[in-house]
Amino acid sequence: MTTVMIDHTKNKIHPHKFTLWVGIGSILMMFAGFTSAYIVKRNMANWQSFDLPGAFWYSTGIMALSSVALWMALKAFKQRDMRRYRWMLAATLVFGIFFILTQVLGFTQLWDRGITLKANVSYSFLYVIVGLHALHVLGGIITLVVMSLKAFNNRVRSYSVIPVELISTYWHFVGILWVYLLLFLIMIK
Amino acid sequence: MSTVITSQENAAVASYDLHHEHHHHETFISKYVFSMDHKTIAKQFLITGIIWAIIGGFFSVIFRLQLGYPESTFPWLEDILGHWAAGGKLRPEFYYALVTMHGTVLVFFVLTAGLSGTFANFLIPLQIGARDMASPLLNMMSYWFFFLASVIMMSSLFVQTGPASGGWTIYPPLSALGDASLGSKIGMDLWLVSMAMFIVSSLLGGLNYITTILNMRTKGMSMTRMPLTIWALFFTAVLGVLSFPVLLSGAILLLFDRNLGTSFFLSDIIVAGKILPNEGGSAILFQHLFWFLGHPEVYIILLPAMGMASEILSVNSRKPIFGYMAMVGSLFAITILAFLVWAHHMFVTGLNPFLGSVFVLLTLLIAVPSAIKVFNWLTTLWRGNIRFTPGMLFAIGFVSLFISGGLTGIFLGNSALDIHLHDTYFVIAHFHIVMGVASFFGMFAGVYHWFPKMFGKYLNNTLAYIHFWVTIVGAYLIFWPMHYEGLAGMPRRYYDFANWESFKMFGGLNEFISVVSMIVFAAQLLFVFNFFYSIFKGRKVTSQNPWEANTLEWTTPVRPGHGNWVGEIPEVHRWAYDYGKDGRDFIPQNVPIGEDETTH
Repeated sequence: MTTVMIDHTKNKIHPHKFTLWVGIGSILMMFAGFTSAYIVKRNMANWQSFDLPGAFWYSTGIMALSSVALWMALKAFKQRDMRRYRWMLAATLVFGIFFILTQVLGFTQLWDRGITLKANVSYSFLYVIVGLHALHVLGGIITLVVMSLKAFNNRVRSYSVIPVELISTYWHFVGILWVYLLLFLIMIK
Repeated sequence: MSTVITSQENAAVASYDLHHEHHHHETFISKYVFSMDHKTIAKQFLITGIIWAIIGGFFSVIFRLQLGYPESTFPWLEDILGHWAAGGKLRPEFYYALVTMHGTVLVFFVLTAGLSGTFANFLIPLQIGARDMASPLLNMMSYWFFFLASVIMMSSLFVQTGPASGGWTIYPPLSALGDASLGSKIGMDLWLVSMAMFIVSSLLGGLNYITTILNMRTKGMSMTRMPLTIWALFFTAVLGVLSFPVLLSGAILLLFDRNLGTSFFLSDIIVAGKILPNEGGSAILFQHLFWFLGHPEVYIILLPAMGMASEILSVNSRKPIFGYMAMVGSLFAITILAFLVWAHHMFVTGLNPFLGSVFVLLTLLIAVPSAIKVFNWLTTLWRGNIRFTPGMLFAIGFVSLFISGGLTGIFLGNSALDIHLHDTYFVIAHFHIVMGVASFFGMFAGVYHWFPKMFGKYLNNTLAYIHFWVTIVGAYLIFWPMHYEGLAGMPRRYYDFANWESFKMFGGLNEFISVVSMIVFAAQLLFVFNFFYSIFKGRKVTSQNPWEANTLEWTTPVRPGHGNWVGEIPEVHRWAYDYGKDGRDFIPQNVPIGEDETTH
């Protein structure tokens, strides 16, 4: 039985991980849809370019910090250093929340500069693209909250590394997606 | 458990497999309602799809009544439809609502969810040798998101102003401006929300199908030993996962335009003498986003039917499928091309003619893999020992319709011809035959063929043969004449042609089409009766492998439980098409290769 199982599973990626990767491909297609529409629209009349708010730079730094924290959490989990895992997971969560706060701050700065949702179609795109990315981060934050609650609850004993690896992949993905979107919005405006 | 397992990863996968073999005591709710068994979820998709098909089909009967008898009134219509048909005559606004909902329901709810949802769920684990999907939970959620989408879409039929009515393609500005028409009001919002739920459902399903096929195959089931149904369902899922998110992005932008005052798709519009403040948008942009999904959607509908037809043709010809690798290759080619041809729906939007010619070329290229498939189906039939089971008849019908409808695709793919034929009945005839009816035939073939596995009963054959002959003859009688109407310039989406001198001559023909469509609809009700009657009262299946087929689903018990196989999952030693080999009628996939036997 056991040897059969090993033959059967050797070198195979865990199905949930694979599902996540395909899901990431799907999310990428949605953003590809938005950014292509953005490029097409930009070449038409009545397009106003904009400068991104300073707060978005803070967002980027915070996102990087949270990715590092989660990377350390995963490492700690694999070494069964649960104390460190708990705190690093909590740090990721806090950084994630700060990311959302800096995003809100950024939108407030934009709004004050007259770059409002309806003023020009380029601004509308900015709000939709950045806003939907923030929603994806928010999805990650909800998962992190659930995982942190489990990690800090002494009665729950889960030693499966899969959920931690799944959230890591997703979280690094939304981080990289943010950097891509930021570069996109800076270079093509 | 064991110390042999080396890495954490393997341990996780192994425990995951074990978990799948573990069974719980089930209650009625967990067994039939919130079930995680892929077979039950498949039946849920199928039955929901059938309900939608009756509703969508009935809509077409109602609007065909208007097209066939524009001058008459039918007092009973008012009894059914209320103020939609005040005085027994369908109101124009609701004619458009019915046409829109007919398209939406049949394209998305029946031929996407009802077809892929049913057969991907049912066949993937059974044919690749897995106990269930990679994630049964996501799978269950996929159905319930579809259910939610269904409830929302259904509720839009009952709002005061009626459901969406701007066509299933929901082009702005009709779809973006609440005041543009009755159907642009709350009905349109419900449409968009319902479709968002539907897209989530499709994505969850698609993710699962892809992962299951790539990760959960039994020992020996290499990719090139997979039945063609699985290949087709795999490419279908890839198309869905990559194209539906783009429609979602279009739908989100549309929701912003409708409810938050943005102008992605709106510019320089005057409604009732009032200039709207929206500026800078482009309605064409929506068409690009829509058709980037919309064209792959055609293949999302068609590929499962192709896969099932391939399997059924081979089983019932008692011959190996001709050109297995060519079949896989052509599915792959169609999948790639599906993403590169969307603008052929937009030749009349002022597209740069050079760009148009590029899309003409790419579109006509699809004829190559399509022709390969048709050639291989026909050569599979050629000199076969054919058994005309109802499933087989529908599979042959599928090939016939795919050829007839595919040929008119060559007309429409040429921009020079399309500019004349665009938005005429020629287009209606083309896509109904090649995508609508053909896929329905694939779906019927699948239902007739796998019904014994689904329910452990046979469908009634006499009713099935009546169903087949009425449907195939009826389908051609309905759509063949429409080609002539279209060539004569008769436009689609018109409520009443009696006011146009040039189309008056088609009055009799329209009446004829309407009568046939009602007969064909009645034949579908016969199928629905046969379906539900046979679940309870049908002849019991006693043999494990009633069609003498090679694929793994026929190695399970007659009515497999959750987990599919009792004991070990069978190991696979050969491809799925060893029919008529070495003097043996068929050799199932789990039979080891004999000593002096050659592999295909």
